[in-house]
Amino acid sequence: MGNTLLTVKNLHKEFDGKTILKSIDFEVIKGEVIVIIGPSGCGKSTLLRCLNGLEDIQGGEILIDDRKVISGSKDITAIRQKIGMVFQSYDLFPHKTILENIILAPMKVLKRKRSEVEAEATELLSRVGLADRKNDYPRQLSGGQKQRIAIVRSLIMHPEVLLLDEITAALDPEMVHEVLQVVLDLAKTGSTMLIVTHEMSFAKAIADRVLFLENGEIAEESSNPKEFFEAPKTERAKQFLKSFEY
Amino acid sequence: MQSLGLDVIFKGKNFIRLLTGLWVAVRISLISVSISIALGLIVGVLMTSENKVLKTIFRIYLEIVRIMPQMVLLFIVYFGTTRVFGWNLDAELSAIIVFSFWGTAEMGDLVRGALISIPKIQYESAMALGMNKVQVYYHIILPQTVRRLIPLSINLITRMIKTTSLVMMIGIVEVLKVAQQIIEANRKASPNAAFGVFAVVFLMYFLICWPIGKLSVYLEKRWS
Repeated sequence: MGNTLLTVKNLHKEFDGKTILKSIDFEVIKGEVIVIIGPSGCGKSTLLRCLNGLEDIQGGEILIDDRKVISGSKDITAIRQKIGMVFQSYDLFPHKTILENIILAPMKVLKRKRSEVEAEATELLSRVGLADRKNDYPRQLSGGQKQRIAIVRSLIMHPEVLLLDEITAALDPEMVHEVLQVVLDLAKTGSTMLIVTHEMSFAKAIADRVLFLENGEIAEESSNPKEFFEAPKTERAKQFLKSFEY
Repeated sequence: MQSLGLDVIFKGKNFIRLLTGLWVAVRISLISVSISIALGLIVGVLMTSENKVLKTIFRIYLEIVRIMPQMVLLFIVYFGTTRVFGWNLDAELSAIIVFSFWGTAEMGDLVRGALISIPKIQYESAMALGMNKVQVYYHIILPQTVRRLIPLSINLITRMIKTTSLVMMIGIVEVLKVAQQIIEANRKASPNAAFGVFAVVFLMYFLICWPIGKLSVYLEKRWS
């Protein structure tokens, strides 16, 4: 494929002698939304962390635009500029205002002009409905608002791929919706995303492809999310999805 | 009512002498605090390193400082080194060495504590935005560390200022020593001088330490 953005080949990850991920193979095409699901501890978050070099890997390779992602290598910061990541916990910088949180990286890492970055930040903020909060500090915002800001902070770097690591897992239920709405809007505008989530109806709605991870392996992969969520092929996926029913 | 013995303060050059003594105490504190902050930052960063040997060395250093009374350290450095090594250290230099030795250890421990209290996710989310190590520390980690550090180090600084009253034991004429001299010299004329003079000394320490404490409260509020 001509427009493959990200390739993972035979990825192997160990930690303290324990295998966390093994034989992971997949590709991400531009504009695609991939949802990764699976039971706790199956390695979903670790997989995302490997993709932007926050974790080192023990085997296989990760390629972004044909450049290898190697944790701790010299060009890892350049590669990370192509990959945005939003974490589960609210990870805004508490000593900076919302606006400063957003414009810091584009100004310092990409050396863009302040006026230009500020204009873009304001526009992105109004897209997530938080333009009036730009001079507030993170502590003045709710969890859902903070996560929307964290998404904006990643977006302003114009990443080619956005990694979302259980971004609603630490939120109160009534705030989950406002954050997922932002992600749905992004998908509509053609953003390429890898999403780890426990929100199954959201996963079903947004996914172009589903990866079901278990014990560090891709147990089932489906390009037809509707079919996967209604009639998964593997027994394990069936059981896993069943655990979400009451 | 008995005289409070305040008249002695303004006799002759007594007040100026007290201020000069105060300046000696402040000078020793200022120099020692500056050295302690500079070295403490380095020691604190080293204390968070993974290196076991380094960790053990700083652990022992910190324990020595905690266990040993400052006066014993002063005596070792001022009297002890003269006997054993034949060094003729100036009393004020000895005091600065001891206070810096003490301050560096405690400051280092405060820096270590502040550094490890910054959540790992702060480093990671900064790195995920493409920042390099220097940018992560400069823009994200250090400003947060300093904010946590200031109230704690101000406590240490005021303790150091107060503890300079010990240096009269190695013959430095600082404010407390001057006070004693004034009281001795006026024993006959104003027997109650002990109250008045020491009360003034108390006020002087208060006027130095109180604004520093206020500053800490202000910064804590502003950055909370």
